[in-house]
Amino acid sequence: MQVPEELLYTKDHEWVRVDGDIATVGITDYAQDQLGDIVYVELPEVGARMTASTPLGTVEAVKAVSDIICPVSGEVTEVNGDVAASPEKIKESPYGDGWMVKIKMSDTSELDGLLKAADYKGMIAG
Amino acid sequence: MIPGTTMLDRSEPGKRACSLPRPDVETVDPARVFPAGLLRDGPVGLPEVSEPEIARHFVNLSVLNHHVDRDFYPLGSCTMKYNPKAGGRASGLPGFSDLHPMAPDEAAQGALAVIHGLGRQLCEITGMDDVTMAPAAGAHGELTGMLMVRAYHAAQGAGRKKVLIPDSAHGTNPASVTVAGYEAVEVPSGADGRIDPAVVGDFMDDEVAAIMITNPNTLGLFETHICEVADVVHAGGGLVYMDGANMNALLGISRPGDFGVDVMHLNLHKTFSTPHGGGGPGSGPVLVKERLVPFLPVPYVCERDGVYRLSWDRPESVGRVHTFYGNFAVMVRAYCYVLMMGPEGMRRVAEDALINANYLLARIKDRFDVPYGDRCKHEFVASGKAFRPKGVRTNDIAKRLMDYGFHPPTVYFPLIVEEALMIEPTETESKAALDGFADALIRICEEIETDPGLVLGAPHDAPVRRVDEAEAARNLDVAQ
Amino acid sequence: MSGAGYFPNTDADRDEMLRAAGARRFEDLLDDIPEEIRMDGSLALDPALSEFEACRLLARLAGLNASSDKYACYMGAGSYDHYVPGIVTEIASRPEFSTAYTPYQAEISQGTLQAIYEFQSLIARMTGMEISNASLYDGATAMAEAVLMALSISGKTKVVASGCINPMRMAVVETYLGGGDAAVVTTGREDGLTRAEEVASLIDDETGCVIVENPNFFGVVEDLEAIGRAAKERGVVFVVSVDPVSLGILAPPSAFGADIVVGEGQGLGNPMNYGGPNLGFMATTRKYMRRLPGRIVGRTVDADGGPCFCLTLQTREQHIRRARATSNICTNQALNALCATVYLSWLGERGLRELGETCLSLASYAARRLEAGGVRRRFTGPFFREFVVDLTVDAEEFVRSALEQGILAGVPLGRFYPDLGDCLLVALTEKRTVEEIDALVSLVERAAGGGADA
Repeated sequence: MQVPEELLYTKDHEWVRVDGDIATVGITDYAQDQLGDIVYVELPEVGARMTASTPLGTVEAVKAVSDIICPVSGEVTEVNGDVAASPEKIKESPYGDGWMVKIKMSDTSELDGLLKAADYKGMIAG
Repeated sequence: MIPGTTMLDRSEPGKRACSLPRPDVETVDPARVFPAGLLRDGPVGLPEVSEPEIARHFVNLSVLNHHVDRDFYPLGSCTMKYNPKAGGRASGLPGFSDLHPMAPDEAAQGALAVIHGLGRQLCEITGMDDVTMAPAAGAHGELTGMLMVRAYHAAQGAGRKKVLIPDSAHGTNPASVTVAGYEAVEVPSGADGRIDPAVVGDFMDDEVAAIMITNPNTLGLFETHICEVADVVHAGGGLVYMDGANMNALLGISRPGDFGVDVMHLNLHKTFSTPHGGGGPGSGPVLVKERLVPFLPVPYVCERDGVYRLSWDRPESVGRVHTFYGNFAVMVRAYCYVLMMGPEGMRRVAEDALINANYLLARIKDRFDVPYGDRCKHEFVASGKAFRPKGVRTNDIAKRLMDYGFHPPTVYFPLIVEEALMIEPTETESKAALDGFADALIRICEEIETDPGLVLGAPHDAPVRRVDEAEAARNLDVAQ
Repeated sequence: MSGAGYFPNTDADRDEMLRAAGARRFEDLLDDIPEEIRMDGSLALDPALSEFEACRLLARLAGLNASSDKYACYMGAGSYDHYVPGIVTEIASRPEFSTAYTPYQAEISQGTLQAIYEFQSLIARMTGMEISNASLYDGATAMAEAVLMALSISGKTKVVASGCINPMRMAVVETYLGGGDAAVVTTGREDGLTRAEEVASLIDDETGCVIVENPNFFGVVEDLEAIGRAAKERGVVFVVSVDPVSLGILAPPSAFGADIVVGEGQGLGNPMNYGGPNLGFMATTRKYMRRLPGRIVGRTVDADGGPCFCLTLQTREQHIRRARATSNICTNQALNALCATVYLSWLGERGLRELGETCLSLASYAARRLEAGGVRRRFTGPFFREFVVDLTVDAEEFVRSALEQGILAGVPLGRFYPDLGDCLLVALTEKRTVEEIDALVSLVERAAGGGADA
């Protein structure tokens, strides 16, 4: 199971890539594997205001549905339309083409509450 | 027959099956009656086929189904028992099937006698005081019951907001609670798979309107502490709702009305042996104790001196829940069933259901994890998690069972058991049928060791190979 | 032993099985049920009957009912005495369809699944919508589900409903809304019609949906064009309840911008059965398909690439989304949907139109004959197969007296509308003959006192 070192993670299995005050968010390889074939993704609109620890959208497999929990607060600046059109991209490339939204963070200190790769690895192994 | 070919695919202009009366009256042209804008201006696109083609089409479709008259159908919590044919004959009598629901009461005494008579039987069987037959299915009954709970609390002047539901519950329970405007609060089952009164006590407060239990629960276990649970809930001002999906286990053995239940539903299409019809119609009567009687839906069926009538004068009623009185034809079948069973027969149903389930459990328990012990009521839950290291999931075992001619058990439910297989044999299976099923399961365990590919690629002998459900969800084609 | 024929296991089998399960006697299996809540006697039910005796008892009860095989039935109001052809009964009686469960295991349920897919296709075509579900309990609960769905889509709390909707259905809508904070405002029913201007005037910022029925409860065909325009102008969800038998003649609700179409499908190949099982249906646009309640079947492929069917969009449903499902519905009316599918295949394109024309012609004939006898229709609007007659005498009493002549004369409206106590809702299906109608007409004329003078 891939857990890239450079990313931050939530205990709800989202990942965050930080670039200045922009956070790119997706779900982890472990999360997509647990769900099985993902068939549908519901994402917010550009401009939507997000609050950390609240749902930003949902991912659906054939017989499971899971909220995507927003790791940080801020405004959605970009939504990955390709992943909504072809949700199988999440399985193929959870940390690449499978990204979901970019958020302009309103409070970067929230990042301190996220997990490092090693901690996340420990969590899913346990 | 070409697979997947529909009646629409077979349509050819100019063919027809129907013959309709042509009464000797002036034919009225719709264009002379209705404004042009309200008239259909093109074809509907219905098939044009002859009757022999319809017969072939649907008969060929039908044989692709597994069904109870063909072989074992051990879906847990679904009670797929044999459906006596007498019920179908009775419900098809024109005096029942061709009766209009608005016929005056005096012209529908036979139908009202069935509704009332069945209702009394069900009250006796459950130990409850009164009943509505109107709900069309179990979930409809749950909603009706929860709306009655709501009306009860409103009449007490209390605006409670929450309903407690054990984590082993059917999905309909929390869904019905939501439709009724309550918040579903999940209560964890104890280590023995049962509800713990102390845990319920921790969740109780004056916001709790009710607890919704299933007894026996979906693990096939009797809720041993049900009386204490009911006491805790009642002491906090809440009510006890029972999902009667598993009532088959208790017929003539124990009555919900005697263990603290205030309101419950039954599934006539489970316990009372009416056919499932490929997903309906069912019937979900709701039974109540005295204090909830005023809130029963309208119309209410009354009897006095052998004369029946529908009553609307029920000021505290939750209102109407069905256009008319529920799935009457299903009630006729259930009434016929209870008449033929009598008191000893009803008890025999439960006895044989329990014996069959425990026997089957004993036959397979050495091969499968059985997380909640080796005694059950009418059903039990096994786990396929031991096979995961081989790459085999419960779903694969389910599909392989089809090759042996059996319908798989309920899988991946209840949610609290990993890789669950929930098995309910019912009383209408012979020992030989159970042995055949147990042998098949054991063979599959061996196949997982020797030839896992055989199991992973299953089914091989079903009408179609494994169906791609992800493809169906991604590229939706839901109408032609 | 009562009902013994339904228990395959002999006493010897039972003993052997109990031993295998580690029990000495049956009671050992009950050790987790506290003694004090085990029954100590037997149930107080009547002693078991043989199959013959049970069927004889039920036949005697059936014989007490004024069913349409013996009476000329003019009752409608949501349940109609249409003919059910032999092919429908025959197919629906096959145990392959009737004794199967919900098609969760697609590989061995292709018969049920394809039949539902065909049902969805035909409902979509009739209503003009893009997607239909696999059925709901009846026309009333379908309407209630549509209202809940519309409120969920809009996030609003107010329903503007036509005052001419079947009051039994509207009562169910009110019951379903009892759990929330939504409110229904209802238009008037002047001349048995819904006024589009009134609909428009009732819509405000809190309004989530407009709902109207066509033909309406009084049998009158509504101006869906104008009502739809009023709804669309304010951007609210437009819900139409429709009588499917009318759709060979009348334009589909899609033509007027309907977002959700529901209705009662009993008339499509299902007997009246004293009101149930009926057949609720619901159709919508692709835009709202993830909001639909209930089962949906989709076409897909199997591992060999062959065409097949399975339940789809299941994440909407209670068994997956639980408290957040689009509805609590599970068991529905699958066998009744099968009946409708076989029936619509039997009717075909021309049959649906001919059936509609026959109903319209018979209803027009009856209305003309009554009018000629001086009996007024209560409302003036165009009707399809059902209309309201003003008897000028108590309609309930009239219906009772007509029973003695072997006639179920219609549905008295006084129970629903105190001001319409003298009014009778009369429905005509293709089963009624000219002779039967003439008999009804002379009965009405005599009761209304108009016959002798006309």
